[in-house]
Formats: sequence, C-alpha cells, structure tokens
Amino acid sequence: MIKLKVNGVNRQFDGDPEMPLLWYLRDDLDLKGAKFGCGMGLCGACTVHLNGKTVRACSTPVSAAANAAITTVEGLSSDGTHPVQVAWQELDVPQCGYCQAGQIMSACALLAKNPKPTDADIDTAMNGNLCRCGTYLRVRAAIHKAAELTASNTTKPATKPVAKTSRAGANLLPRNSGKK
Amino acid sequence: MTKTNLNRRSFLQVTALAGGGVLFGLYPKAAALAQGARGAQASLQPSSFISIASNGLVTITAKNPETGQHARNMLPMMIAEELDVEWKDIKIVRADLDAKYGSQFSGGSTATPGNWEPMRQIGGAARHMLIAAAAQTWGVAESECSTASGRVIHKASNRSLGYGELASKAATMPVPDLKSLKLKDPKDYKIIGKTTIGAETKDVVMGKPIFGIDVTVPGMLYATFQKCPVYGGKAVSANLDAIKAMKGVKHAFIVEGQPITGNFMTSDPGLEPGVAIVADSWWAAQSAREKLEVKWDEGKWATQNSVDIAKKADEISKQPAARTLRKDGDVEAVYKSGAKVVEGAYIYPFISHAPLEPQNCTAHFQDGKMEIWATSQTPQNGRGMVSRILGIPENNITIHLVRGGGGFGRRLNNDYMCEAAWISKTVGAPVKLLWTREDDMQHDYFRPGGFQYLKGAVDSNGKLVAWQDHFIGYGDGERFTASGNIDGGEFPARFVPNFLMQSSVMPLGLKTGALRAPRSNVYAWVFQSFIDELAHAAGKDPVQFRLDLLSSGTPGGMNAERMIGVVKLVAEKSGWGQRKLPKGTAMGIGFHFSHQGYFAQVAEVTVLANKKIKVNKVWSAGDIGSQIINPGAAENQTQGAVVDGMSELLQEISLKNGRVVQSNYHQHPMLKMSQTPPIEVHFIKSNNSPTGLGEPALPPILPAVCNAIFTATGERIRTLPITKQGFSFA
Ligand code: FES
Ligand code: FES
Repeated sequence: MIKLKVNGVNRQFDGDPEMPLLWYLRDDLDLKGAKFGCGMGLCGACTVHLNGKTVRACSTPVSAAANAAITTVEGLSSDGTHPVQVAWQELDVPQCGYCQAGQIMSACALLAKNPKPTDADIDTAMNGNLCRCGTYLRVRAAIHKAAELTASNTTKPATKPVAKTSRAGANLLPRNSGKK
Repeated sequence: MTKTNLNRRSFLQVTALAGGGVLFGLYPKAAALAQGARGAQASLQPSSFISIASNGLVTITAKNPETGQHARNMLPMMIAEELDVEWKDIKIVRADLDAKYGSQFSGGSTATPGNWEPMRQIGGAARHMLIAAAAQTWGVAESECSTASGRVIHKASNRSLGYGELASKAATMPVPDLKSLKLKDPKDYKIIGKTTIGAETKDVVMGKPIFGIDVTVPGMLYATFQKCPVYGGKAVSANLDAIKAMKGVKHAFIVEGQPITGNFMTSDPGLEPGVAIVADSWWAAQSAREKLEVKWDEGKWATQNSVDIAKKADEISKQPAARTLRKDGDVEAVYKSGAKVVEGAYIYPFISHAPLEPQNCTAHFQDGKMEIWATSQTPQNGRGMVSRILGIPENNITIHLVRGGGGFGRRLNNDYMCEAAWISKTVGAPVKLLWTREDDMQHDYFRPGGFQYLKGAVDSNGKLVAWQDHFIGYGDGERFTASGNIDGGEFPARFVPNFLMQSSVMPLGLKTGALRAPRSNVYAWVFQSFIDELAHAAGKDPVQFRLDLLSSGTPGGMNAERMIGVVKLVAEKSGWGQRKLPKGTAMGIGFHFSHQGYFAQVAEVTVLANKKIKVNKVWSAGDIGSQIINPGAAENQTQGAVVDGMSELLQEISLKNGRVVQSNYHQHPMLKMSQTPPIEVHFIKSNNSPTGLGEPALPPILPAVCNAIFTATGERIRTLPITKQGFSFA
C-alpha cells in the first residue's frame, strides 16, 4: 500500500508499485494533464512535481512517490489563473498544445527557485522539454512574462494569501506542493 | 426556409430555430443532390453554420480537425468578421465528422484558400438578412441601417436592435443574391488581421482532457497492438495463452489484417496484421506485451537494408535514367561549350513525423454501430476504410474529431483507426488503442528518402545555363511511392534554357506518406543548395544570383515577381551583405514556392570547434496573399516551421534487416530550446487571395542553414542528416 498526496488530496495505491506514476495519474485518477510522449524520459510531456521538483512521470514508478506530494498541471489552479497559466494564455503559446502541460510544470519549478531567470537559465531548465511544434520562443517569452506578473503581484499590498509570503516566486509554486 | 446558390459547390439555407433563433447553414451541393435523389431533402444538414439564439448568443461551428494550426479559430474569424459581431461574444463549437459539414480535412495548407470566400459570404449573408429584418421592423430603408458589435443600428432615429431580437424575423427574410452581396472593405476589418487567442488555449494550459489520448468511455478497455517489425510481415503464432493469463489481460489475439497487398504506392494500406492485447489498463496491456513472443512470417522485405539501397542508387546513377520528365534545350551541348560545370550528388534519408502524441484511437462497437474518437486529419477517409474493412455501412459509423497532439501529415492516414475499430468489434467493448512511441516511429508513413544527381553549368557571364537532375527514388515502373514523386516542373524549370529532369525508381518495402510540405521539405534543400553551388561557381553573390535567375523565367507556374519580392525583403531585413561578420560566421539563403506560398529565409550561422553549429538568427519573409488572418498564430506557425525544418537536418530513419533502426527521440532528435535562434517573421501583403501557412514556411530553412555552413567553412553539405558530415547543433 503506497500513500501519497496528489494535488493536495490524500491517495492510497495498492496496484503494481512498478507502474509508472504517469499511468496512475492519467488512468486511475483521471488527471489527463500530464501526457505520454516517449515513455523514456526524453521529451518532458509527462513532467509533474514531486515534492516541488520536476520528475518525468513516465519513468518514475509509483513506489518512488510514496509519502510524497505530487502536483500536476491540474493542481496549479482551478481556473487557469496561476501566473504561468496566465502568461501562457496572453502569449498564446500553444500550437498543438500537447507538450505544454509539461512545459508549464518545468517553468513553475524554475520560477519557484529562480524568480527572475535569464534566457540562459530558462534554456538550461527547459532543455528537457521538447516541443514538436517548435513553440520554444514563446515558451521562453511566457516564462519571462510569468516572472513579471509574479513580481508585480508580490509588490502589491497583500490582497491574496499567496502574496503574503516573503519568498519571492513562492506563489509560482502550485497550491499543495512542497513537503507536507 | 429560404435558400440560395452560393457557388458551384454549395448553397446557403436559412432556417428558423425553436425559441426564436435562426440558423444560417452552408450546404454542400453534392450532398444535396445525393439526398435529393433519395428523396430525403428535409434531413439535409449544413456544412458549417452560424446560429443566433434569441438571447443573442452567436455560435459558430468550426468544422475542420485541429492539430495545432489554429484552424478552429481561423474559419470562425472569417465568419464573425462579416457577420459583424465581437470576437469575444461568439462561441465556437467543435464539429463531429458528419456529411453535413462537407469536406472536413486538415492538410495541404488548404483551410485558408478553400474557405476564404464561402466563410465570409455566409457571414455577410447573415448580416444582410438581420439588417433586412430590422429595416422591416422599423419601416425604414435597409440602406439607412448599419451594424456594429452584434446589433443593427438606425442612426437617423437613434434606434438599435440586437441580433438575438432580430433572429426569428431574419429567418423569414429572402436570402440575398450572394454574387451581388457586398462584403466588407478590408480596411474596415476588426477581426481578420488581428490576433485572436486559440479557442482551446485555456483548456490546454489547464490540462483539460481534450486530446485523443485523453478520451474515456464508460467500460472502456485498453489495447496495444504489436505489428511485424518488417513491412508486410504477418503473425503466424504467439504465446497467447501465457499472455491471457497475465494480470489485467482480458483478450489477446492475432489479427490477420486486410492489407491492400502489394501496393505500397497507396499510403493507407488498410488493416495491417499483428497481435492485439486488450487489458483493463494500458499499463497491464503494455506489460503483457513485453512478454509477448510472436512467430512472424516476415515476408519478402526481411533483407532490406539502407546500405544496400544506397549502393543500388549509386549503380543506377551510372546508368541512363529510366524516364525523362522534362527536356528543354540541350544540356550536353552546354557542357561541351566550355561553360563551368558543377556536379553534386544529394542524398537524404527517410524521416518520421513523430508528432508528440503517439497514434491512438478509441472505438466502441455496439449493436452494429461504430462510434470512434480520433485525431485524424482525414476522418472521411478513415470512415471509408473502417466501413470497407469491417463491413459496417458508413452511416452506422460516427466519428468524433478530437484534438491531435501534432499532425504534420501523420494523421492523414488512418491505420490506427482501423486497428481500434477492429479490436473493439472483436472484443465487443469500447477500447482505447494507444501506440508506444516506438510503434509510432517504426510504423510511420515515412517521408521518403532519395538520391538526386545534379549537374549544372554557368556561362562566362555567370548566368545559369544548364540544369540536370537524375532523381532516384522509390516506386514501380512509372509510379512513385506515396509523396516520393517528382515532376518536370520543379524549379528551376522554365528559368534555365537547358533543363533535363529524369527519374529512376527502386522497389521499396516501407510505407511512405506526406510530411509537412511533402516533397518540398527536402527538394528545396536539394535545389537551393545546388543553386548555391552554382552561384559560388559563377563568382556571384548568392542573393543576386537568385534574383538574376528569377528574372529569367518563362510564364507558367510560380509567380517569379512574388518570389523576387520575398527574396529582396529577407535580404533587406537580414542586412544581407551589409554587415561584417566575424570569421566562422556566415549567412545563407534559401527560397521555395509550395502550397501557393512564397517564402525566403536567411540564416546566420557560426561554426564552432568540432563542427558544432550555432544558428544565431533566422529571418523569414513570406507572401501568402492580401491578409494575414491571425497574425499571432501566423508568427507562431512560421517560427515552428523553422524549428521543424532545422530538426529535419538532424533526423534519419534507416533500415536494417527490414527493420526500422530508430525507435525513440534519442535516435530521431528534434531541436531543443537552447538551439532555437531568434526568428524574425515578415510578410508581404500582396494583392492576391489569402493562402495557407501550415507548410510553405518550412522548406527554405534547410538550405538556408546549409548554405551558411558552406560560406562559413567551405564544406558543402550534400548528405542529410548533417551528422553524416560530422556537423551538429551546439
Ligand atoms: S513521456 Fe515522459 S519524458 Fe516523454
Ligand atoms: S505545442 Fe505541439 S508539441 Fe509543443
């Protein structure tokens, strides 16, 4: 029996512990945001957060998520208002869109630890996320935009609980991520 | 109900809706005739439509499949513009496959040119009838009325009525004569030419289940399908009992298949043979598959190897060509005349489409009816194949068009649809078939590889006077394998006085098909690289040499003026010849005409140690007519095409013992973010009807990069992928 938390909800799993987390999320929990692209950790379409760090769900067995907090793109917001999601919409980043949940999860993890990344920081953090449609320039621009949106949010008076944090970029961490 | 002819193919019909709404439908004429013959006129459905509810809600049905080109925005944008409603006030709904929508097809960059007239006309006609309804209500002349933001306005009396309030009356107005219908002056456009955000962008960023792979149906089982690694092979036997005993597995069986045998020229080969495993989860099916042992009858292609194919092509190149496709003047005479002669053999591999979403399809067979959820770019073909192979009449097959995670031509074929339908019918339950990446890469309809032996000559004035190409591809007799054809009209035909295009073909046991900008995606590399060789041989600037060449054409085919326009623009924007570049850095140019679009691109490239290439920047200039309908999406498409084309410089599918060697992205790479240069996108708005953009922006980048590498290093890339000559992207 494996216990874990997915997007803030406690879960128990008693299937094959070697099954990749991706199939548990997609087919057992019906969280279809993380995508299957290569199954070998090569494309990043399946990227989710495990205790706030990116992992490739296609090559992470469920057993590796025991007692961990998992966040998927569905866990960022219930209405698409997470700053990274907002930036992605404003710049209309997607073409086919298939890679984008993975891109967004990698971007969130980057911004959480580096609230004002340079192009080079972004390239390093995002190089494992392939986009077959070639939207890289917009992905990069949207990450800068999300950084701006977040910075302007945190300097405003704290109207939202998320802005109360002293750690810059912390509101880029999805709800319920991090060790609990 | 009123109706009128729209054009040769369709007519417009207006119907009152229950609750006071109105429906404007565009009806395919062919379907109308067929329906008429069966005496069932009443059941005829529109090919695309606008409905206006009494509460003013405007719904536009987007009929085309979506694989990332924003077609789902573009067609409604055309309608909404002429209807004169605010973009934010309309609702776009996705159409299922239905005869009522006419052609539902995504491919060949056809959505724009095919819909530009009719979509604007249907919007304009609806607007006209709403005005007529308002004018009659107020007892004023139609000419005194105008529209804005979904309302008809009578300025003189300061009155206005919303479209919703007018809907039921509009349904009773005569349909205008579409030929005399006045459409908007483009300078008044409020939607066309302004960026709109993708209709499904929000769903994408929220991870909503909108893709084919996300489909779930109650009671659904999951399937994997193992095909023979050798084209045309069949399963003789398998350890099915052991597989069936595995956890979660419900069914395991051999599929005989119904291939359209021996015809590799057709890209859709029917249902291929293999072994299906159906389980209660995909992971269970896939885990069982790892234990699957199949005895294959590999058939006649089991000894096919890429090395042997290349040897054979080399032998053929030394023989007279099998066919002459075009002959102008006399190239041989030019070679003897003392002109400067250049020769080069250009070799390029098969490559895979590799859309990020592997092929998948959900099918549910029940009570003689088949319901399918598919990402097909050609759902009509798919339905026809399923009908033939499974013996189900077409009208008992429903297909839901689901967003595809990239198409690039792969989803023009419907092999996965036949497989899913067959498996569902066999097990009598809804089934989601999902391929692995390895399945997808090894059972693709590959972009055909080939060999082109070029020879050309420039005279003492540096003018291109002879061009000769022996194209060696695949096929049988006079037929080429799918998307592996060439014809005598390829550029620079008509621009060179002595021109000889010849071809020979070899047999092939591999499926081939259309990849984004089929043929052009690699012929542009061949032709524009060789033109560059000749420019250097002539001692001319590569841009000037091209402009001179483009000025020497005879009429027919491509419009040289438009191409000259984009070549000049890209040279200007890139500062061609104007900037001093450091040693090891150079610029290269390429242009190409395809899918009615004119594109020229320049790449600035630095070649570092160990032949590592950094593309510093790319400039693109395109002419696709008078309007860039959705500029933001057009920029995104163009940049994506450049990235895609650069990736193609790295890719290769090769064969060993009849099997595809490459299996996943590590062996068939694509460009990464750090390798992506800034890409400046420019368009010339020419006085031509708008045409498509999905494809024509791709081909020029391949030669532009390779031509820059030549200028920087003196080494000409004549073989793809570039890694064959030791180059790679830094
Ligand atoms: S599907 Fe996990 S990295 Fe590609
Ligand atoms: S948007 Fe299609 S793969 Fe990235």
